[in-house]
Amino acid sequence: MSSLLIKDLRKSYGSVEVLKNINLEAESGEFVALVGPSGCGKSTLLSIIAGLESVTSGEIRIDDILVNDRAPKDRDIAMVFQSYALYPTMSVRENMTFGMESRHVPKAQQQEAIDRVSALLQIEPLLDRKPSQLSGGQRQRVAMGRALVRDPKLFLFDEPLSNLDAKLRIEMRTEIKKLHQNVGKTTVYVTHDQIEAMTLASRIAVMHKGVLQQYDTPKMIYERPVNRFVASFMGSPTMNFLDARVARSESGVGLVLAAGDGSVLPLPSGTFSNLAPDRNIVLGVRPEHFSPAHEQRAERKGGQSVIMRAKVDMVEPTGSQTILMVTIGGSDAVIACEPDHAPSQGDTVSFAVDMTKACLFDPATEQRL
Amino acid sequence: MADAVPHRDFDPLSTGSFRQRILSKTSVYMALTIFALGYLVPLVIILINTLRPLDEIVRSGFIAWPHDVSLQYWGEAWSTFCIGGTCEGVSRFFKNSLMMAVPATILSTAIGLVNGYVLSKWRFRGSDALFGIITLGVFMPAQMTLLPWAFVLGKLGLSNTISGLVLVHTVQGLSFTTLFCRNYFVNIPDDLIKAARIDGAGFWRIFRRIILPLSPPIIIVAVIWQFTGIWNEFLFGTVFTSGANQPITSAIVAFSGSGTGERHYNVEAAAVIMAAIPPLFIYLVGGKYFVRGLTQGAVK
Repeated sequence: MSSLLIKDLRKSYGSVEVLKNINLEAESGEFVALVGPSGCGKSTLLSIIAGLESVTSGEIRIDDILVNDRAPKDRDIAMVFQSYALYPTMSVRENMTFGMESRHVPKAQQQEAIDRVSALLQIEPLLDRKPSQLSGGQRQRVAMGRALVRDPKLFLFDEPLSNLDAKLRIEMRTEIKKLHQNVGKTTVYVTHDQIEAMTLASRIAVMHKGVLQQYDTPKMIYERPVNRFVASFMGSPTMNFLDARVARSESGVGLVLAAGDGSVLPLPSGTFSNLAPDRNIVLGVRPEHFSPAHEQRAERKGGQSVIMRAKVDMVEPTGSQTILMVTIGGSDAVIACEPDHAPSQGDTVSFAVDMTKACLFDPATEQRL
Repeated sequence: MADAVPHRDFDPLSTGSFRQRILSKTSVYMALTIFALGYLVPLVIILINTLRPLDEIVRSGFIAWPHDVSLQYWGEAWSTFCIGGTCEGVSRFFKNSLMMAVPATILSTAIGLVNGYVLSKWRFRGSDALFGIITLGVFMPAQMTLLPWAFVLGKLGLSNTISGLVLVHTVQGLSFTTLFCRNYFVNIPDDLIKAARIDGAGFWRIFRRIILPLSPPIIIVAVIWQFTGIWNEFLFGTVFTSGANQPITSAIVAFSGSGTGERHYNVEAAAVIMAAIPPLFIYLVGGKYFVRGLTQGAVK
């Protein structure tokens, strides 16, 4: 059991700073997902934790021990690579014992570890095969097995599922979650897939352009994103952003959509009371927070909703839900609705927007208000 | 390693009408046969002359069907024929060549493997420039290096020794073996090295357990290339050794004239064939892997 602490970490390649002042801490047994678009620095950060890349400045502590200058082998970590990186000329068994051999673990103890892990991952029948004789999912298991036999302080995963096909990816995702619950090791998991991050992690670190944007629980990241980038990156289909202006009336604060008909959409009472009138603002609404106007879904849960008229431009059925491409006023938006109640293309429909769930962003700083 | 997937090569000659196919196949095979004959006829003539008595060659010329066939000239060529003052046949020089080519091949291949490993997987500041400089040796004409080598061998006291030639060929060969190995190892995924480092393996353990087991194709290429090159090399042998210390290629130059008295064409022909056997043998054994190793890049 062990913790991870990253303090004021910076990394530069020449004059290019790829990691800017990262602060992150994971408690023992926690599952941290590093998520972000390609080039955001998440893989570099993982390599630095592993010791495969050097630190420009800042501290990395595993179990409170400063490991900045320790070699990868002395950090007591195990890593699962995107390419699996199984040694092609060795059998599955040899792949798994290689690390223990390098550390001079006694043979009997090696055998014990192999037995334990291969039973856990159900790879006993594969032990004498070469990696080239395995399917993608089997290689993935063996790669995890190689990490597990060592019983390290920290597990590092570098986009482990991105080479699998869609169905297998979901299966393995569940297995990784189950595995983490069984083993309870502190884990850092890099992914560009926000669904993987949401489903697996106890805390998510969203990164963009080398900056840690937000580090919080999946629920908070989804419901209270700190800025427009986090809001748009997490969630699929992505959040809608509608330009609006603040309007004050005696009943409270409201919004007027920039491309709308001029009607005032009241904000839930008691919130945003300090917004200056006529200030420009961006209203963020997730696709699933639109619901048919008559159902009053938000009100039944004690929330508050406003009605918006939307013209349906295109309908995309996905099976479990139907995605509507609509125009609200003059701006495009995406709405997710139940397939049974989906309007047809060309209809103009009234939707209730759950304002308790909506986010407001500053158009200039893009921070959430 | 890539899986061996059974497949049929695309055959452009088996399309079109029946007449077209016959015509195109015939012309292709005719052309190939003519070229093959061009290469092989000299070899056959030399082989036949190794079996003919000298007076028959003198009487009916070099290109003629043999009447009295005998293997005795092979024996003479091997053990008793006089070359350059010694009368031990080519056996001595054959051994010289082996003593030179085998260690030089092993050394240059081994060092090339390590060089390639460092230059592809343990890059450092300036490693690409260093690689560029090493590869420069591939394009440097051997004549340019004669004088520096003469100086070095003289200083080391290795003039006119087989060891001296081993040193020359090892160093001269490094450019090639380093180039081959580095370009082959570049295709081995870096993740393997990273995984091994996390697994606690060091520089040599990674080399021995991960890189070397992936290397047979490129080792075969390097060995064939080096062995044939060193065995057939003539300039260094002629310049830096003389008399009994010459490799076989330099020794049989004595046949090319300057000698007085009678020419033993049959014995000389046998000696020439003997000098050509080792590279031919190596190529016949490893040629299949040679072509595969040169063309195959990816290691998966």
